Amino acid sequence: MSDAKDSPAVDPTQATANSDVVGAKASNAAADHGDGASTPAAVAAAPTATTQPGTVLDRGTGTAAEGGYDAEPADEERLPAAPGTGPDPVVIDERRGMFGAADSGDTSGYGGVVRKILFPAASVRPYGSYFDDVADQLERALVGGTASYAEAVERVVVDRGELTLFVRREHLPSVARALRDHPALRFELCTGVSGVHYPHQEGRELHAVYHFLSITHGGRRVRVEVTAPDADPHIPSIVRTYPATDWHERETWDMFGIQFDGHPSLTRILMPDDWPGHPQRKDYPLGGIPVEYKGATVPPPDQRRSYI
Amino acid sequence: MSTTHDSDIYATSGADTAASEGAHIFNATGGDWDQLVDEAAALHEERIVVNMGPQHPSTHGVLRLILELDGETVTETRAGIGYLHTGIEKNMEYRTWTQGVTFCTRMDYLTPFFQETVYSLSVEKLLGITEQVPERASVIRVLLMELNRIASHLVALATGGMEMGATTVMTVGFRERERILAVFEMITGLRMNHGFVRPGGVAQDLPPGAIDKVRDAIPSVRRGLGELELLLNENPILKGRTTDVGYLDLAGCMALGITGPILRSTGLPHDLRKLDPYCGYETYDFDVITRTEADAYARLRIRIDEMYESLKIAEQCIDRLQSTPGRVMVADRKIAWPAQLAIGGDGMGNSLDHIREIMGTSMESLIHHFKLVTEGFRVPPGQVYVAVESPKGELGCHAVSDGGTRPYRAHFRDPSFNNLQSAAAMCEGSQIADVIVAVASIDPVMGGVDR
Repeated sequence: MSDAKDSPAVDPTQATANSDVVGAKASNAAADHGDGASTPAAVAAAPTATTQPGTVLDRGTGTAAEGGYDAEPADEERLPAAPGTGPDPVVIDERRGMFGAADSGDTSGYGGVVRKILFPAASVRPYGSYFDDVADQLERALVGGTASYAEAVERVVVDRGELTLFVRREHLPSVARALRDHPALRFELCTGVSGVHYPHQEGRELHAVYHFLSITHGGRRVRVEVTAPDADPHIPSIVRTYPATDWHERETWDMFGIQFDGHPSLTRILMPDDWPGHPQRKDYPLGGIPVEYKGATVPPPDQRRSYI
Repeated sequence: MSTTHDSDIYATSGADTAASEGAHIFNATGGDWDQLVDEAAALHEERIVVNMGPQHPSTHGVLRLILELDGETVTETRAGIGYLHTGIEKNMEYRTWTQGVTFCTRMDYLTPFFQETVYSLSVEKLLGITEQVPERASVIRVLLMELNRIASHLVALATGGMEMGATTVMTVGFRERERILAVFEMITGLRMNHGFVRPGGVAQDLPPGAIDKVRDAIPSVRRGLGELELLLNENPILKGRTTDVGYLDLAGCMALGITGPILRSTGLPHDLRKLDPYCGYETYDFDVITRTEADAYARLRIRIDEMYESLKIAEQCIDRLQSTPGRVMVADRKIAWPAQLAIGGDGMGNSLDHIREIMGTSMESLIHHFKLVTEGFRVPPGQVYVAVESPKGELGCHAVSDGGTRPYRAHFRDPSFNNLQSAAAMCEGSQIADVIVAVASIDPVMGGVDR
């Protein structure tokens, strides 16, 4: 992370907000996380402490907007948290250049552009909508269990009108049980597991994303996100609590290689049993062959020039 | 966990006798084959394991059911899926956000508009432009989705009827569906796999005469539904085949995450159009159909009644479409494609006015058009989950963006995929003939299940 001199002009307001945030983050990290190494706070705070805030491309315009999220008119229903109100966004990856092509010399002049991919930051109270209530009730429901709320939930993100709870993987079963059984929560339906692979989030490469729906409480939804490192791709299964996730967990194992411990029969479901690799991972190629059309050859989609 | 160490990862490894010495052989669902054989030998029973499918006409595509039979009674049911896995979700990661519509529409090929809409809604939510989608675009989406619901339910009834030997039900069902597909063809140009609903709105406004065509089709479809009702509702053979078959109560539905007509057949009026309205469903007048028998007959009746409700909504849509002219795409030129299509001398193409502008007067317009079509628009990083009520239940789309011009991940929670898990609960303990009826009442479409 030595690109401080390369980064665009410093926005003073952003810098101030940022330094505040780093302080808050440090205390936060000290309070919440015993070992900082694998926590998102550490991942997020490390680059921001040494560099200027990353830039995010404003939607569609192709121009870089400083600080990213303040480019849009404020509308808390659909926009990420305003800058300065919470901890820093999470750095998922870094993008270099403009066109994604690395197989030829840089003639565009944009080869030196470095942009960070920033995911929405942890939110601070009040979350708004029914989200505070869900968090409060979950905190109450977890009392007396194997883990307290502070231990189980490492981060809460409210973004685009949706609530995401980042749950430490070892506490997922107790959180799932509380979500289902506590009368004030009552998320009867788990509408599936979706895997996401972030190969550059060191120590948290694999994400399993659960979506819950409460019919009792008028269609409340909550997303629970659990991470596991590539080196140890284990996440406890919640089939015992939500039998509906049986096939969904098998699919996520099949596509991402996440092993759901305690699943009654964790086998491939979509790919053949003897298939090597897990196709939805980012390091798995799309495949395809060049196609000739009217004398010209069209390369397969993953080898075409891309605009990242 | 590197997956790319082999030189050709698609090559299946050959049978290596030396290496497989003493290794376990797994059966389709991951159990140990030897164990299964030993168990069967130890029991000395007349137990038969039957592979039904994947190439069986009564399994709605390539569903494989592994049935364990004790005489005529099914003692164990397992579903094997994946025979139609096409990697649509992976493919979408290599196309622009707009091109994604072309892919997801092919998942559940009987409900293309639902995948298109849920995907477009999720992209719009990621972009933060949900409120900017024009009213007229939402009405067109609702119209197409409700007509699509009828078409999907008609196929469910038609194929379900045919599997029980009711060929007239099949011909009537497909005849009525054809009327709806004709409407789709007129509006979108295609009978299936339309790619018509796009992030930001819909691709085109309705062509001239479309509203009249819908208006003409609705009474015909309603008459056809009446015919189906006469054939089905009080048919003693059908009632005998479907009553108390494929029973799954509310607790079972909740545990297995079942939604759609199966859940409503237990008496719970769960419908996302009412619970969590999208596309302005809260402004339409319609009822959620429920019954309490929780069997295949109840699901069949629910599907019939839901089609009448969909016709009601479609009628409200065409009234609105006549009174609300306007845009069908967001005004933002960074998202909306620059030109309306028009019929040219050489077929469908961009309108001549637009070509005149980009080729003759405005180079910037040409650049903009080129960039938008080849590169696409960027979507701010983050993730959303949007769900719609498809004919089969909750269809969800979990879309993740990394700020680029292509989806970082697009996952579809297909209702058929989830609902098919209930096949075992519905079939075990029943006669083998009832398996067909129970699976038909789930209405799985393998294109959606396997994606």
